[in-house]
Amino acid sequence: MTATPTRAALAWEYSPAPEATDHIRLRDRYELFVGGAWRPPESGAYEPTVNPATEEPLAEIAQAGDADVAAAVEAARAALRPWQRLPALERGKYVFRIARLIQERARELAIVESLDGGKPIRESRDVDIPLAAAHFFYYAGWADKLAYGLGGRAVEPMGVVGQIVPWNFPLLMAAWKLAPAIATGNTAVLKPAETTPLTALLLAEICQEAELPDGVVNILPGDGATGAALVRHPGIDKIAFTGSTEVGKDIQAATAGRDIGLTLELGGKSANIVFDDAAIDQAVEGIVNGIFFNQGHVCCAGSRLLLQESVAEEVVEKLWRRMGLLRVGDPLDKNTDVGAINSAAQLQRIEALVDAGEREGATRRTVQCALPERGYWFPPTLFTDVAPAHRIAVEEIFGPVVSVLTFRTQAEAIEKANASAYGLAAGVWTDKGSRALAVARALKAGVVWQNTYNQFDPTSPFGGYKESGFGREGGMAGLRPYVKVKR
Amino acid sequence: MRRRLTPVDRVGVDERAAVLGKRSIKAASQQEAIRLAISMVDLTTLEGQDTPGKVAQLAAKAVCPAPTHPEVPSCAALCVYPARIPDAARALAGSGVAVASVSTGFPAGLTSLELKLEETRQAVADGATEIDMVIPRDAYLSGDDQRVVSEVEKVKEACGPAHLKVIVEVDELGGYDHIRHATMLSMEGGADFVKTSTGKVGKGATPAATLVMLEAVRDYAHRTGREIGMKAAGGVRTSKQAIHQLVLVKETLGDAWLTPDRFRIGASSLLNDLLMQYEHGDSGRYQRPEDFSKE
Repeated sequence: MTATPTRAALAWEYSPAPEATDHIRLRDRYELFVGGAWRPPESGAYEPTVNPATEEPLAEIAQAGDADVAAAVEAARAALRPWQRLPALERGKYVFRIARLIQERARELAIVESLDGGKPIRESRDVDIPLAAAHFFYYAGWADKLAYGLGGRAVEPMGVVGQIVPWNFPLLMAAWKLAPAIATGNTAVLKPAETTPLTALLLAEICQEAELPDGVVNILPGDGATGAALVRHPGIDKIAFTGSTEVGKDIQAATAGRDIGLTLELGGKSANIVFDDAAIDQAVEGIVNGIFFNQGHVCCAGSRLLLQESVAEEVVEKLWRRMGLLRVGDPLDKNTDVGAINSAAQLQRIEALVDAGEREGATRRTVQCALPERGYWFPPTLFTDVAPAHRIAVEEIFGPVVSVLTFRTQAEAIEKANASAYGLAAGVWTDKGSRALAVARALKAGVVWQNTYNQFDPTSPFGGYKESGFGREGGMAGLRPYVKVKR
Repeated sequence: MRRRLTPVDRVGVDERAAVLGKRSIKAASQQEAIRLAISMVDLTTLEGQDTPGKVAQLAAKAVCPAPTHPEVPSCAALCVYPARIPDAARALAGSGVAVASVSTGFPAGLTSLELKLEETRQAVADGATEIDMVIPRDAYLSGDDQRVVSEVEKVKEACGPAHLKVIVEVDELGGYDHIRHATMLSMEGGADFVKTSTGKVGKGATPAATLVMLEAVRDYAHRTGREIGMKAAGGVRTSKQAIHQLVLVKETLGDAWLTPDRFRIGASSLLNDLLMQYEHGDSGRYQRPEDFSKE
């Protein structure tokens, strides 16, 4: 018998909590930002940028062609000498001002980021925008301390840098690129991704508001052809690219034989390794954060989950139950955990690889949840019975899909984790400090997280091994690619 | 036998608990959450100055927290010291609100086992239908898990038909893995509910402490099929905190636990804030704190 009075449970659901967008004033049409001013593209070409959650166009975006690239490089070249000669402290103040303005416009930037890219507002609000500001703050501080940061030697900037950023963290990646470049005295031509140009264009407005000298930052929206033109322009002294390995290889080929700096931050198939002595509930949270953060559109996503056999069943069971609690839907709802897939093309890529996983014999589990009728969506998906040779264990899916593999010993875990063309990041889950350090040392990955995943900080370098690219962004290491160090 | 702890990662727990505190609960959802929280409140008074009169007044409040809002449910229970059980039982008779009493040498639990059992039997005889016991932290901290389990077993037996809530006192155990372990021991000993804290020491039911215990409850239910209730007590004073606790429950154990049979909030001052926020949600205006009786 029960002594507690029995009452029917009240059905308690979260009401929709959409972030208001009525205060967002997007222009109907965005031009190119060249030499501190907005100008139409030579070709007169415009393309709409689309909200992937609704398939509705947000604005018309100018598409930069060869002539526009030439004009932007010229503007950057013209701005270089005065920018370089400015006392470093003054240069730092401009960068600092940009950071402050990002903070002031944080809410607007977060909403536009979610509108244009489909990521949950919780992430753009709590991760993308604050981190973007933090990168500008961090590198603002380095502007007048470069010699100290680089071993007391004299340094000079590379010159005009061409920067190409991806669509998964549009503003944050622009910040990773621009902040160290301009803080060290370079001028920049930045091409945002085709599907997510808006926040980079708002950043151009911020550069104007900050009264950054004309031509120091130029922003050229466009597609792959714009990027290719930028990479091949002879007036560029350094290229920094974040994106796919395929394009990265093309860029390296195109820059071969030129005296040009190059850093590439490319794809990944990062291993998230759970040992049997790990704190399982927190590991499950880390797995979720590792693969479902930003719909898995993360180059360092923990997409290969390596579980020690003795806990594999328990972890999969808990992970699957936890996946059922993810709230998938409207990116602007403050309670959404998983938003929209960035584009129709990306959705097709994810679907194709998931189909391949099923065909090759892996067991697929997909969360059954209501999805909006319009827009691009893919529910969280888990593959078990994955063999290391399966395409879903080898190729980057870049979506909310995790492939589970198992191992028996620490040595096997390391071997499997390293058996990849990529080497961007890894996670190690264990309660034992000595094991964490030993495994981290043995992993061929640019970033290794212990008992956490997808943590980013401007002071920490980020970059890959092998086909995940080379060069580092963030921290003191992130200064190095933007300067020539003299003897 | 040497104790084997299941590791719990502090940073991970704190992060997860904080993320769940950011759920946006507004409008109708907030009003519903407040009513749900009120139905889960164990309205508590545990002071040396508790008189029969004070208990009678609090009982009236527990039965009908908001006389002008009939849709607001009664609280789940009134929680008192053993000497006030007859007063509470008289005032609550027929109301559906349970009489809960602390027991076993609350809050320190440093009396003999015989006294603890006798105290429990008498509490039940006097009319308590729910017993809130404390685990012997002296035994837990000296590594004597066996004694912790056997005390819970014996008190459970002494409870007879009354429900047993077992307080692990999260702030005296020395970390999250110990909170989890003590929670498991309590459930193995036969607890109907596990409870964070006496409210007499430390921070009590922080979101992270609650989360660790909820995860233990979930894993225990999964392993044994026994579904144990959870009571968050200590430090839950505002509606926002209470709703945070509900979110923790919903996203850890699911909707099945969102009933007063499975989840309680032990509190004294919380009820007034819930009523004040409810009134605000209803009328759009904030009342003055003095518009709500303390009892």
